[in-house]
Amino acid sequence: MSFPRVADVVVIGGGAVGAACAFYAARAGLSVVVLEQGAIASGTSSACEGNILVSDKEAGPELSLAQYSQQLWRGELAEFGHLWEFESKGGLVVSARPGTQDNLAKLAQRQRAAGIDVELVPGGELLGLEPHLNPRMAGGAYYPQDAQVQPMLVVAHLLRLARGMGAVVEPHTTVTGFLRRGDAVTGVATSRGSIDAPAVVNAAGTWGGAIADLARVSVPVLPRKGYVMVTEPLPVMVRHKVYAAEYVDNVASSDAGLQTSPVVEGTGGGTILIGSSRERVGFDRSFDPRVLSAMAGKAIGLFPFLAQVKALRGYFGFRPYCPDHLPVIGPDPRAPGLWHACGHEGAGIGLSAGTGALIAASLAGTALGMDATAFAPERFDAHLATESAHV
Amino acid sequence: MLEVFDVAVVGAGPAGLAAAVHAADAGLGVALVDAGSQPGGQFWRHPDEAAAAANPDQFREGAGQHDWKRFTDLRTRLNRHRGAGRLVYLPGRQVWLIEPGGHGGAATLRLAPAVDVPGSDAAEPGQVRAAHVILCPGGYDRQLPVPGWDLPGVMAAGGAQALLKGNRTTAGTVAVIGGTGPFLLPVATGLAGAGVKVAAICEANSPTGWLGNLAGAVRAPEKAGEGLAYAAALARHRIPYKVRTAVTEIHGTDRVEAVTISRLSPDGSVLAGTGRRIACDLVALGWGFTAQLELVLAAGAQTAVDADGSLIAVVDNRMASSVPGISVAGEATGVGGAAMAVVEGELAALCVAAGAGAAETARPTAAQPELDRRIARLQRERARLREFALAMHRANPVPARWHGWLAPETLVCRCEEVDYGTLCRAHEELGADDARSLKSFARPGMGWCQGRVCGYATASIAADFASRPVSEADLRAMSKRTLAAPVSLGQLAALEFDDFDDISADKGSQE
Repeated sequence: MSFPRVADVVVIGGGAVGAACAFYAARAGLSVVVLEQGAIASGTSSACEGNILVSDKEAGPELSLAQYSQQLWRGELAEFGHLWEFESKGGLVVSARPGTQDNLAKLAQRQRAAGIDVELVPGGELLGLEPHLNPRMAGGAYYPQDAQVQPMLVVAHLLRLARGMGAVVEPHTTVTGFLRRGDAVTGVATSRGSIDAPAVVNAAGTWGGAIADLARVSVPVLPRKGYVMVTEPLPVMVRHKVYAAEYVDNVASSDAGLQTSPVVEGTGGGTILIGSSRERVGFDRSFDPRVLSAMAGKAIGLFPFLAQVKALRGYFGFRPYCPDHLPVIGPDPRAPGLWHACGHEGAGIGLSAGTGALIAASLAGTALGMDATAFAPERFDAHLATESAHV
Repeated sequence: MLEVFDVAVVGAGPAGLAAAVHAADAGLGVALVDAGSQPGGQFWRHPDEAAAAANPDQFREGAGQHDWKRFTDLRTRLNRHRGAGRLVYLPGRQVWLIEPGGHGGAATLRLAPAVDVPGSDAAEPGQVRAAHVILCPGGYDRQLPVPGWDLPGVMAAGGAQALLKGNRTTAGTVAVIGGTGPFLLPVATGLAGAGVKVAAICEANSPTGWLGNLAGAVRAPEKAGEGLAYAAALARHRIPYKVRTAVTEIHGTDRVEAVTISRLSPDGSVLAGTGRRIACDLVALGWGFTAQLELVLAAGAQTAVDADGSLIAVVDNRMASSVPGISVAGEATGVGGAAMAVVEGELAALCVAAGAGAAETARPTAAQPELDRRIARLQRERARLREFALAMHRANPVPARWHGWLAPETLVCRCEEVDYGTLCRAHEELGADDARSLKSFARPGMGWCQGRVCGYATASIAADFASRPVSEADLRAMSKRTLAAPVSLGQLAALEFDDFDDISADKGSQE
């Protein structure tokens, strides 16, 4: 098949967010071309845990987007859930100390006020939920809405469904520049030729900042490196996604130094996934055993049986991090014709559904499913942020 | 602060033994790390030495071995260096992580017990630091899936031989041996010598391919002699040697009962109507070898696809990889057999010694010209053996159309139970056209063995889907293992680091 020359929408990025944008845009009747620099699902979407979480988010716009995405995952996308191994396993956040549990209770209260299902669990009842948990925990909070998917299969199947609606997916295609008419974006130039399109969506994830640079607009997306370890397969030992309350602080932190907090969860295949780490070291691809060591120690602190369990592999990826920890979603008034859908940090899989739906509605000019003002791309330009019309 | 060795050698097979012994001969301080409990590697695998010494009638040393004197020679010198304190031998340990030191810095090897010993102290993983590392990880049998290959009684050809060499046992009474390459011959004659009836050797390629492989064989006359000896042994044991023939299906319910062997066209597709059933209870399959590359990849060294389709380390004529301070010798630089591995090990060691000497004195010493002469001689020897190995690879390719033998329900990845049909769907429906995508969408290579068994096959299947040859990227995707061996989380947590100050405060609970 020849390389496409024209489209209603070009989506840059074949990860979870790009795939969701393509799916919803195609469903809205638009002709879509997806461009991916490598193989599909080969960036951050292939180096994460596939989280669909509400538990780790403070009440605010990101939580609202998580809730909107939950509606979609559990609503109109539910019929495909088995294809990407959607599992509503529930999240259990645990506190080692009473003081931490007090803070967790306050967070839970704010989340509950925002509409999240959350239930505080006294220390004595934690083992009922997780029999192999360290028995010396002060308490926890249970979030039944937390879920998990196999992220590469989300990407592959959303793109398959999009192709079924006429979308074209072009992997191994690098965007080299934008076609412009004045400030307006009118298409893209690629390593395989140019495509005319009245709308271009930057869904390049961690590489979204570089794509924005090509369009001469600034979107400050930075890589925030994170490791995941995978154990040998075991019988079910961990039932939920279990993590320490400190994780919420680390997610919200902007510290460039290494932070680790234990996140432990079982998978359908019997392996246990162990996270998490966060550090801002650019695109440093070296493999640092110190990080794995720290993660292993903390995971054992949560689940002592893990000391005897073997890690089979470790991997890392680069979360697309924005300084205010909010994604960038919507049209860019600095470059009409350019939309952004990137910067989801460690929540991109879960937030992809809502992001795709918002972008498609914005492209099609229909009503948005939620208020997306907080995600406006121009918010980082102080003089623009106040005057422009949003999404 | 740990001792920093001049050289750490990983692997005590032909290449590693030679490297360690020659490095110590040259006056370097050596650590030799090996997963095995005694030296020899796969090629010189032999019964437990203590048991053999206690019972010499049952275990005659060297029985069934090749080039055994070369091994005992190296072993004697190894022990002499150990006794003199010039060499530390660390058996029973796997390197699960390599941290290259970069220019002038020492590399760190993290070690874990190769075999779990109940009650052993798992919290003491240990490490070795060295100014230079010579990786000699060897290789193992390359496997291609075929319907029924997951039945008990089906083994890698090398596995059948290892049982013979290491345990003096056979896994069956009637064997069919299949695959390609000269290695099938010693497996067949070894089994026959141990009393197994070898019903057939199925060589997928044509014998003129290698028996008459003239350009290479003429320059390696010892190999031609070996070939004649095997031909005589096949005749003596009345072993049928079938060319352009492959085991295309294995039958049985609880274990192997029979195989179907089929004639192949030159491209490896099955000639219709040629299938023939042979009863047997042992099937040994070998499609050449796969180099054990996890440490090479973890070190960040450059790789290439060799003439046999294997991923190998790129080295210069001094056996240096692209990473400063890391050399590679033996099968990991290109499968070539034990004799070549010994040459490469010695060459790597002498080049490290020459480099270390030059660095210390900044001018040629009296010993330098002699060292240079030996290096030049080894380089010529290696070039000659390499040429022969390449000729053999070209004569014994994996059949291009081998995928045609697969049924949709044939398992490709046995750990994760991924069948060929699932891979086909990952390609047709989800667009996977490279090995990495197949792995992402269908999980081959994600299980216990981390793609060590199915890696080549998956890469080859991906390439076939995309109608192109197997690429380096395909092979790397299936070979990269950040943890070179499984390691317990307890061991990981107990790791010690010299420069851990910035992170150790973070190691305990923050709460």
